[in-house]
Amino acid sequence: MAAGIGPKRLVVGAHYGLRDWLAQRVTAVLMAVYAIALGVYAVFLLPSGYEAWAGLFVPLWMKVATLVLILALVYHVWVGMREIFMDYVKPTWIRLLAYVLTLLWLAACAVWSVQILWSV
Amino acid sequence: MSATVQEKKRPEFRNIHVTQIIRYRLPAGGFASFLHRASGALMFLALPFLLWLFDLSLASEPSYVRLAEVFSNWFVKLVLLGLCWALLHHLVTGIRHVLLDLHVGIEKEAAARSALWVYFISLPLTLLAALRLFGVL
Repeated sequence: MAAGIGPKRLVVGAHYGLRDWLAQRVTAVLMAVYAIALGVYAVFLLPSGYEAWAGLFVPLWMKVATLVLILALVYHVWVGMREIFMDYVKPTWIRLLAYVLTLLWLAACAVWSVQILWSV
Repeated sequence: MSATVQEKKRPEFRNIHVTQIIRYRLPAGGFASFLHRASGALMFLALPFLLWLFDLSLASEPSYVRLAEVFSNWFVKLVLLGLCWALLHHLVTGIRHVLLDLHVGIEKEAAARSALWVYFISLPLTLLAALRLFGVL
């Protein structure tokens, strides 16, 4: 029998939330590295003007890297906002509504970012 | 004796209610952590605004020029400054939290000190951002 179902399934325990906890830290490190690298490069090394800035996002690998970073950001934000709602919003239906709105908000942002990146 | 017990009675907090927040003295680490949440939520709400700016910067040469016009608005500058602070505070406290997770500086004194160092790093950088935004630098 699969571990996730049946009478022996895990309903409580120390591992609940570990995946999200770890994912939030891994995505944080990824974003910090990307943001600092892009920030330093754009501010100190890149010539100013549209050509140079937009040119940075023309190669496919840069589009893919940026999109992966945005997806990491979305996951990171979801874990963080969920944590805030769990701590402060007690009525179940308002908390559920907040979760749904957050997910819609983040999904819309992710889709929009694809459109932005692939329009260059 | 009962009089001295009465005198020394300290406020007691169980589950803190919103109305008690102002009277409740959070330790430095707790306050930095609270601002970590607040700055994160702020950036979450500002995501579409930031994506819009990113879109303007990439879409075309005219939209890139328009971005400069958007940046020249004082209210936009103020919002951007707030977001710069949010990013810097979130980043610095985030690094502190990861270090604490790795058991670096986890002792009471070290943790209290690093909670103050957060501001010594994030606030001067925010000031730099302000000088840059408002055209002094």
